[in-house]
Amino acid sequence: MTDTLEKNTDGTVDVATRQHWISVLSRSSSNELCAYWEDLSPGLTYSMLRQPETGLVMVRARAGGKGQRFNLGEASVTRCSVSMETGEVGHGYVTGRNKRHAEMAAAFDALLQNENWTARLLENVIAPIDERLQKSKNERQAKVASTKVDFFTMVRGEDE
Amino acid sequence: MYVAVKGGEKAIANAHKLLAEDRRGCPDVDELQTRQISEQLGLGVSRIMAEGSLYDKDLCALAMKQARGDMIEAIFLIRAYRTTLPRFSYSVPVDTSKMDIDRRISATFKDLPGGQILGPTFDYTHRLIDFTLEADEQVPKANTSEAGLDDDMPRVLDNLLKGEGLIQSEAVVEDEDSQAVGDLTREPLEFPANRDVRLQNLARGDEGFVLALGYSTQRGYARSHAFVGEIRFGKASLVIEPEELGFAIDIGDIELTECETVNQFQGSKTEPPQFTRGYGLAFGQNERKAISMALVDRALRARELGEDIVAAVQDEEFVLSHSDNIQSTGFVEHIKLPHYVDFQSELELVRRMRRDLEEKNISEKQAAE
Repeated sequence: MTDTLEKNTDGTVDVATRQHWISVLSRSSSNELCAYWEDLSPGLTYSMLRQPETGLVMVRARAGGKGQRFNLGEASVTRCSVSMETGEVGHGYVTGRNKRHAEMAAAFDALLQNENWTARLLENVIAPIDERLQKSKNERQAKVASTKVDFFTMVRGEDE
Repeated sequence: MYVAVKGGEKAIANAHKLLAEDRRGCPDVDELQTRQISEQLGLGVSRIMAEGSLYDKDLCALAMKQARGDMIEAIFLIRAYRTTLPRFSYSVPVDTSKMDIDRRISATFKDLPGGQILGPTFDYTHRLIDFTLEADEQVPKANTSEAGLDDDMPRVLDNLLKGEGLIQSEAVVEDEDSQAVGDLTREPLEFPANRDVRLQNLARGDEGFVLALGYSTQRGYARSHAFVGEIRFGKASLVIEPEELGFAIDIGDIELTECETVNQFQGSKTEPPQFTRGYGLAFGQNERKAISMALVDRALRARELGEDIVAAVQDEEFVLSHSDNIQSTGFVEHIKLPHYVDFQSELELVRRMRRDLEEKNISEKQAAE
């Protein structure tokens, strides 16, 4: 993983890499993240910048899928921000109302920005979660694919 | 004038206790867990999310339990709950063309890039009661297909009709970001209503109401002979752009059902004959709603297409003012609440009118004699 990690010139990780891990953290489960956090070296602490808070995101869509924008309805979202003693600030955003999940996502986002941790966490936390998510997606897709249908149009009066 | 009543606290508290006991039902029967509702009554949960206008499966399952399965009561609970939460932001518009497909069909084109995917559907079932479900029989495992699904599932109408210019385009204005998007949770409904407001209104509108109006178009009230160009159901990414990050993040999937209809259009002074479009989109698996919404959306485009407004379904004031089942139920059901003073004055009025009439008759009779 280390050699594929894109870095900006100032040494910080590039946006695409961070977007990817944030997405994986958001899609993971709270229990999963808690378990990984406990496996890390004990004594890792962070302080709350913004307590976990549940609120709403208005989901937007487009007429015809690609035309004029409209507001479809809201989704519940929980967010949290933390900072590590070493200064990194992490943000967690998850759908739903699980505050622990948002807090863990923020903590991992912060720690992942610390270059002593980035490669290790990408390999040992983000990659396995991503793999599990992909696997479950593929399993679902295989089931859905079994319902692919070929219809034949009958000529009217064919069975006469 | 409505005059409120007071008192009755004890009876009201007792009525609510009785309600709680009846909600639980016979204690010999296992209590329903909200997880069972969200997992096993998913389409009911979808409806509550769509019309409650809040995507949150667990919460909507809980609302269904609390409401004893009364969908509109559950939707009411969700609408009330959302008012207690802060609004963080608006999402980036969901990209339904990229959704993970669970179902994708077209009634207009047989052969599609990506294929027709039936997915988990009631279509082609025989609508016979399945008594094995009562007997806790093992559920047959779903089959799998090694072939998988195509990565690319292009939007049917754009892909197959747009090339020839046979269908109206869905226009995006150039300086889109400078234009406000109507939001019924922030501003009251005003007429004439733009399509953004109409679509939001229909998306959270009552399924039965929207269904009936859609049906009316098919029966000939503002007929536009609709075909289903495409229905898709699946998971789309919810993307937001938090200020503190300054870039977009994908925070999870939401299930959506989308329907695009293809409708007839004779052409007008400015437009050649072409197909027109109706659009339906709903949270969760909600196909009936998405199709109905598309039919009504198309009918409500009468003004924009220069069509004569001849039917209820084209009358945006009629449709949009009566689609919300929480407003409807609030006003319809409020007449069961005490109106004693109100009614007393009506009673007094009718008595007086009858008395006046009687006196008039007597005096006329006397005059005649």
